[in-house]
Amino acid sequence: MDLGSFLVQLLNAVQYGLLLFLIASGLTLVFGIMGVINLAHGSFYMIGAYLAWSLAGKIGSFWFALPVGVLLTVALGMLIEWLLIARLYARDHLYQVLLTYGLILAFEELRGMIWGNDVHGIPVPAPFTGSIPLTETLAYPVYRLWISAVVLALAVAMYLLIQRTRLGMMIRAGASNREMVQSLGINIRMLYRFVFAFGVALAAFAGMISAPVSSVFPGMGGQVLIVSFVVVVIGGIGSVKGALVAAILIGLVDTFGKVTTLELGGLRVLPDLAGMAMYLLMAGVLLWRPEGIFGKRL
Amino acid sequence: MRSDRAATVLLIVVLLALVALPAVAGKYYVQLATKILIMAVFAMSLDLLVGYAGLVSLGHAAFFGFGAYLVALAAPQYQAANFWTSLPLAVGGAALLAAAIGFFAVRTQGVYFIMVTLAFAQMVYYVFHDTKIAGGSDGIFIDVRPDTALFGWTPFDLANFVHLYFVVLAVFVAAYLVLRVVLASPFGRVVQGIRVNEHRMKSLGFPTFRYKLVAFTIAGAVAGLAGYFGAVQYGAVNPEMLGWHLSGSVLMMVILGGMGTLAGAVIGAAAFLLLELVFQGLSEHWQLLMGTTIVLVALFLPNGIAGLAWPLQRGRSG
Amino acid sequence: MTEEKDLRGRRAFLKQGGALGGAAALGALLPAAAIGQTGKIRIGLMLPYSGTFAQLGVAIENGIRLAIDEAGGKLGGREVEFVKLDDESDPAKATDNANRLITRDKVDGLVGTVHSGVALAMVRVARETNALLLIPNAGADAATGPLCAPNIFRTSFANGQVGYPMGKVMAERGIKNVVTISWKYAAGEESVAGFKDAFTKGGGKVTKELWLPFPNVEFQPLLTEIASLKPDAVYTFFAGGGAVKFLKDYQAAGLKGKIPLYGAGFLTDGVLDAAGDAAEGIETTLHYADSLDLAKDKTFRLAYAKTFKMQPDVYAVQGYDTGLLLVQAFAKTKGAVDKPALIKAMEGAVIESPRGTWRMSKAHNPIQDLYLRKVVGKENRASGVAVKALDYPPADRCKMPGA
Repeated sequence: MDLGSFLVQLLNAVQYGLLLFLIASGLTLVFGIMGVINLAHGSFYMIGAYLAWSLAGKIGSFWFALPVGVLLTVALGMLIEWLLIARLYARDHLYQVLLTYGLILAFEELRGMIWGNDVHGIPVPAPFTGSIPLTETLAYPVYRLWISAVVLALAVAMYLLIQRTRLGMMIRAGASNREMVQSLGINIRMLYRFVFAFGVALAAFAGMISAPVSSVFPGMGGQVLIVSFVVVVIGGIGSVKGALVAAILIGLVDTFGKVTTLELGGLRVLPDLAGMAMYLLMAGVLLWRPEGIFGKRL
Repeated sequence: MRSDRAATVLLIVVLLALVALPAVAGKYYVQLATKILIMAVFAMSLDLLVGYAGLVSLGHAAFFGFGAYLVALAAPQYQAANFWTSLPLAVGGAALLAAAIGFFAVRTQGVYFIMVTLAFAQMVYYVFHDTKIAGGSDGIFIDVRPDTALFGWTPFDLANFVHLYFVVLAVFVAAYLVLRVVLASPFGRVVQGIRVNEHRMKSLGFPTFRYKLVAFTIAGAVAGLAGYFGAVQYGAVNPEMLGWHLSGSVLMMVILGGMGTLAGAVIGAAAFLLLELVFQGLSEHWQLLMGTTIVLVALFLPNGIAGLAWPLQRGRSG
Repeated sequence: MTEEKDLRGRRAFLKQGGALGGAAALGALLPAAAIGQTGKIRIGLMLPYSGTFAQLGVAIENGIRLAIDEAGGKLGGREVEFVKLDDESDPAKATDNANRLITRDKVDGLVGTVHSGVALAMVRVARETNALLLIPNAGADAATGPLCAPNIFRTSFANGQVGYPMGKVMAERGIKNVVTISWKYAAGEESVAGFKDAFTKGGGKVTKELWLPFPNVEFQPLLTEIASLKPDAVYTFFAGGGAVKFLKDYQAAGLKGKIPLYGAGFLTDGVLDAAGDAAEGIETTLHYADSLDLAKDKTFRLAYAKTFKMQPDVYAVQGYDTGLLLVQAFAKTKGAVDKPALIKAMEGAVIESPRGTWRMSKAHNPIQDLYLRKVVGKENRASGVAVKALDYPPADRCKMPGA
């Protein structure tokens, strides 16, 4: 691999990593602050993508569909927290696993009933339709760069929100001591409802803005759920910074796993086992730090 | 005491009914019962982790599927594996895999453990899906069922559905008894103690990591046992038998039946599979019914069906 | 019947078939239920009605129903009853589901399915129970290759069969160096193998095979590699949502128009609306195309659109042909479920399909024309026949039990 290709692959890796961060950030937030495990996270990603497609079709503009979709999914998240999740805080994680597993099945079927089972695409919205030529054969899509910029901005905003604002203070306090926050007169129930809805909206937002470069199809949520888990495990539960680092690490491992040829004892390991690469990374991290790179010591 | 006796009587009645089943039921129902028994063994193995050790695994299918794959790998294609060597191979192999994964997973706790087991199971899934070890994404056939000949004597024929049923029934009873013994042993008590309060067990001087790892390994071995018979019954193995959907389903079985009681796992396996059959008959959108049911169980039936049936007993013993 | 014991080998097969035939002949004398013939012919439809392939399942069922309706709604003069079952495209449940249809619901013929892993599990069950199995989509080469059996027929295609003609066309065009890219799973591997077979025979060379773990859709690293390898052309196998994303990424990476992209027909089937102009001009091969100049196709399309209020696709055609095959076979036996006779009829059937006339190969896979198609507007327009009456993979990969 020459230097030019290497740099382009590096760009690919970071760009993919940022997208993974976006997808996983909602999961790690809900985990870290509420201690809730949400298997239906992937379903919200799918719902976001389908919303973007159907709203953009109805409204006629992707840019208007985006805020409308976010508002709708915030409402959906609040509803689900109020109706279902709120009843499980006092119980073992097991019931959250179970309930959200049931939601996956239900959402998938509802998606089929509402939107059908066709594959859909959304055109890349103006003004990001073009590509920047890198070599004589290769160009880089502007929209992907735009996604990266949005994700970076979002990461900074999340960091500031949690570290610098009064709301963030409440959130951090809620994460460490539920009773104390409540005794300070802060409405922890509303706080949790807001955080859960925010997590749902983040997943859906990821689905929406990646819809133009990906496509919209049944079962798309299942694919992102597991990789989100790996991001959270490697980064450390509840750590936004950890999720960012982990996502970029996975981006690197995935990208170079696919394009590197590696033979061990006559057996071709890469790229044949590229699908396993991120899991190996995870095993390595767990051996080194069982709580994840930026997780709190257990 | 009285409820114990009632339970024993009930158990014997159920067993007798199971023994009599092939005499009265048709082939389909015998095969269905075989499947339920296999899944019951699988669910009991997970209950050991979830209900007794407090380890919620979302990757338990990895051991079930691995046991199944070992049936296919125990013999060249178109040849029969030897039952008496391939069965210990499958169980031992699954135990080994569980020990290896457990070595990483058991270090973690709570939500972490759930995700780590899931991710490791996916890793095993990709090994079988992406390599040519055993047929890749399409899976592999077991063309000839394992040969049970023992010094020239063939006690049973696994290709015969009635024989297979009785073998699985025997395996089911054996697995139940073994797990009972394990749970009643000092080891089992420590494991249950860890679930209640790991810190206390640790400060009492128990190496909790080792205890949990052994429990994880035993559960993996029993899941491998179930997987072995799953493969024998189907005559085919594919990567989905390692997949997380199966892990989710078996977890559902454990909770639906009532975790922390082996009988609950059994009831759960039967109820889950029968529920699926009923829903499929009811509607094309049966997944919606299934999903809603799971949600409702999580909300309103935390102790499962067993919790419904024996609330009094629980109250008395607790 | 205890099928377990007398499964393997021709004699057993004939014995059982004979017994069935005899039973059918006695049908008039015995109470119908006693021998499982209730007057209606029971056809099991084990298809995906949920999940990624749900749309395909519906198209296939529609096709079957249309063909049988056009034949008067009957098979060999007997009413038809469909027993439907959602296979969820889940191979882990496939054996159970197939067994349920055969053992509990006692279907006379089983139709299924889309997903290759599920279809192979059905093949396994069909070989064990000797049930009649018609595969209306799944392209796994093995089903009509090493795993072929007298009672198993396919009405669609084999994966290699769709890749092979593209290799021939590209070699004939003088293309020398090709990079292939696909998911690392059976369908992709078989498609690429078929392509490679014809392409290297024609003097071409595959310089690199690129693979992605299924169902990963992060193509960017591999597109970068294609750009630096600069092959004469790229051959690809993707389908569904992955195909849309690949087409779009290929265009966005600036490769479209610089390095010609070719593929198996699934790349551009059912995805043209979603892919937009990223698909424009792409050439693929498949056993069906839009705007074929065949009278049969035109009447089929009209009838299908009128009955189901939607446009037919290749899956609907495959379902339709499955229906035609059932109609022909049962017409020969006058409605009797006489397996040897049904098998014989199917082996000799000539199907006047919307895709053109085809018949069964020795391995029970269609010998059919493969079209070269080009995406024009929202159509996969046929630009000619790439290979006429293609019998691929070679039928000698199938050693028919008892043949």
